[in-house]
Amino acid sequence: MTSKGSRLDPWVDSYATRARGMTASEIRALFSVASRPEVVSLAGGMPFVQALPMDAIAEMSARLIRERGPQALQYGSGQGDPTLREQIVEVMREVGIDGHPDEVVVTPGSQMALDVVVRIFCDPGDVVLVEAPSYVGALGVFRAYECDVIHVAMDNEGLVPNALEETIAAVRASGRKIKLIYTIPSFHNPAGVTQGPQRRSEILAIAQRSGILILEDDPYGLLGFDGGPPPRAIRADEADGVVYLGSFSKTIASGIRVGWALAPHGVREKLVLASESAILCPSNLTQFTVSEYLSTQPWRQQIKVFQEVYRERRDALLDALATYMPEGTTWTVPAGGFYSWLTLPPGLDSKAMLPRAIAALVAYVPGTGFYVDGQGQRELRLSYCYPDPERIREGVRRLGTVMESELQLMQTFGADMPQHDSQGPQTPAPDLG
Amino acid sequence: MHVVVLAGGLSPERDVSIRSGRRVANALRAADPSIDVIERDVDSTLLKSLRTDAPDCVIPMLHGAAGEDGAVRDVLDGLGIPYVGSGPDACRLAFDKPVAKALLRTEGIATPRSVALPHSTFRELGAASVLDALVAAVGLPAVVKPARGGSALGTSIVNDASELPAAMVNAFAYGDVAMIESFVAGVEVAVAVVDTADGPRALPAVEIVPDSGFYDYAARYTAGSTEFFVPARVSQEHSEALAKLAVRVHTSLGLRDWSRTDAIVTPEGAMFLEINAAPGMTETSLMPQALTNAGMDLGELTAYLVRAAVARG
Repeated sequence: MTSKGSRLDPWVDSYATRARGMTASEIRALFSVASRPEVVSLAGGMPFVQALPMDAIAEMSARLIRERGPQALQYGSGQGDPTLREQIVEVMREVGIDGHPDEVVVTPGSQMALDVVVRIFCDPGDVVLVEAPSYVGALGVFRAYECDVIHVAMDNEGLVPNALEETIAAVRASGRKIKLIYTIPSFHNPAGVTQGPQRRSEILAIAQRSGILILEDDPYGLLGFDGGPPPRAIRADEADGVVYLGSFSKTIASGIRVGWALAPHGVREKLVLASESAILCPSNLTQFTVSEYLSTQPWRQQIKVFQEVYRERRDALLDALATYMPEGTTWTVPAGGFYSWLTLPPGLDSKAMLPRAIAALVAYVPGTGFYVDGQGQRELRLSYCYPDPERIREGVRRLGTVMESELQLMQTFGADMPQHDSQGPQTPAPDLG
Repeated sequence: MHVVVLAGGLSPERDVSIRSGRRVANALRAADPSIDVIERDVDSTLLKSLRTDAPDCVIPMLHGAAGEDGAVRDVLDGLGIPYVGSGPDACRLAFDKPVAKALLRTEGIATPRSVALPHSTFRELGAASVLDALVAAVGLPAVVKPARGGSALGTSIVNDASELPAAMVNAFAYGDVAMIESFVAGVEVAVAVVDTADGPRALPAVEIVPDSGFYDYAARYTAGSTEFFVPARVSQEHSEALAKLAVRVHTSLGLRDWSRTDAIVTPEGAMFLEINAAPGMTETSLMPQALTNAGMDLGELTAYLVRAAVARG
């Protein structure tokens, strides 16, 4: 007889506490099915890169290797390529930011920028205030650094100032330290809402009064649908109290993995050192590709192409929701970006309903993945960036049918679904369309 | 020889199936490099490619519906392509938990009390009164699970009647019929059976001790979250009873090549819980652990079963 069994992983006692939530997940298993072409996936957030001028990019990339290969394939600066940083400053002018190339730190995607910002600011137990709901990738970073994440209410204009003020007061009264206010002001992921100018001013004023740094995440800011100028970034009106995160994942291509942080001097110094310790340097090859693209391709025109593609898909989604959703369902109307946020009729549970939806060949992301505290059972995220309008309509029709049958089921049992214990990842991997 | 390993499909166990298929394919390649092994998903192009490629044998490593309910095997029979594993009729019996339990009960095999009902029954008769009747029949605690499906998807343990409605909803998320089974405390084990030249042979029982107390999806597929004992820490008498039980289940249901019986051991003896006609073969699955303990190689076993399948045509 054996006194000690096998755990099939000899290192099981060696993992850090923060790895505790890294488990297999039923939800991830279901998303594996969602990658099949039969399934209309309204779950993932893959940009529609097929709209890019592929021939021009192919030619540009070949020329880049031919003419600058030895440099492109070599280590580069930890802070990022100086030419690209100048170009990033130009890009940020679109959202009203008057920055300087020295303040820019280029990273492999803005996700890495987010990681290093949290790395240099947050000790375990420090409080980070986030919107309710918030970007799942940010929640993962905060969890990894063992932050205490507290959600602050949103409405149709994003983060609610009164709620922010009250939360700050309550947290401070409990003796805890708030390090960051993390916000996605424009075309929010997952909520699809946008802070108006007045709302941004109020949030900035609260942060300034409270002495709390704002971490402004703006990957979708240039993807508005109304044809007007993009929303003005919070960072445009405050240089010292805001770290701004930008990305080329949605305006050029997610596979290039180039993002950046714009930070005040003291923060930037530490960001460069932290970034170097994590990655040594961002890839010269991808930085040069972006730089070449920005200098040789009509990138502003291409953003208009993306805006038009996503606007058409957003319209298809909203039209289908109005047609197929059961009574009692509400949703946000995004003015840009990739997502709409649904609130289900009372009694429905988006996580419990997902297997039935996948069986009906439609996928979404249950709301619970966008909270750290079990909220979101009656909510879900729909993404319209990847499927074409016809597929979106079909997906929403299938979802409506699933919801009707789920309503019947819930009425039969009158079930009060228990709070989910958030075991394992609740959202799809990044490569799900 | 040309062998196609089928894995993936549209079942919620797609991911598990792909991992099982990959492991079996790699093991087969390593055991016999002369066999040309390809892995393939099940989609609308499958039949055309099977007709074109005309493999000598197929290994269905599909979990969940279509893979384990006999449908794909019916198609393979129709095409005249040999395959490893049970035939469609045996799969149908094994995949439907209430049917398998009912059949095995008639063979005198002990299994916990259970009732299986479709959603429509609850709607027509009123959920509250039906649930009351079920609790009276089965008792608490109970296990609620979909009648068809694996990997513990949609499965809950219910300790209090107030938890039943949510557990039923979870189970119905994975199918139209749910089964409520009396929870039996004991040593949780799995016993794999393989067909050899000398007939079906039970492998050493694998004892399952999940950290969470419940062998759910996370406990099954997160390495390190469950402790396994092979052979199971049961008496010699229980060990022999388990082996007999698994072989009886295998033969009673007409299963072929390989199967895995899940059982619970109490001081009174072993009780049948479930049977798997397409056992998982992932890195954390049970049958590969039993094979290793028995000194058998997954690749060599698969190669043997492939040849046996080709020989029977």
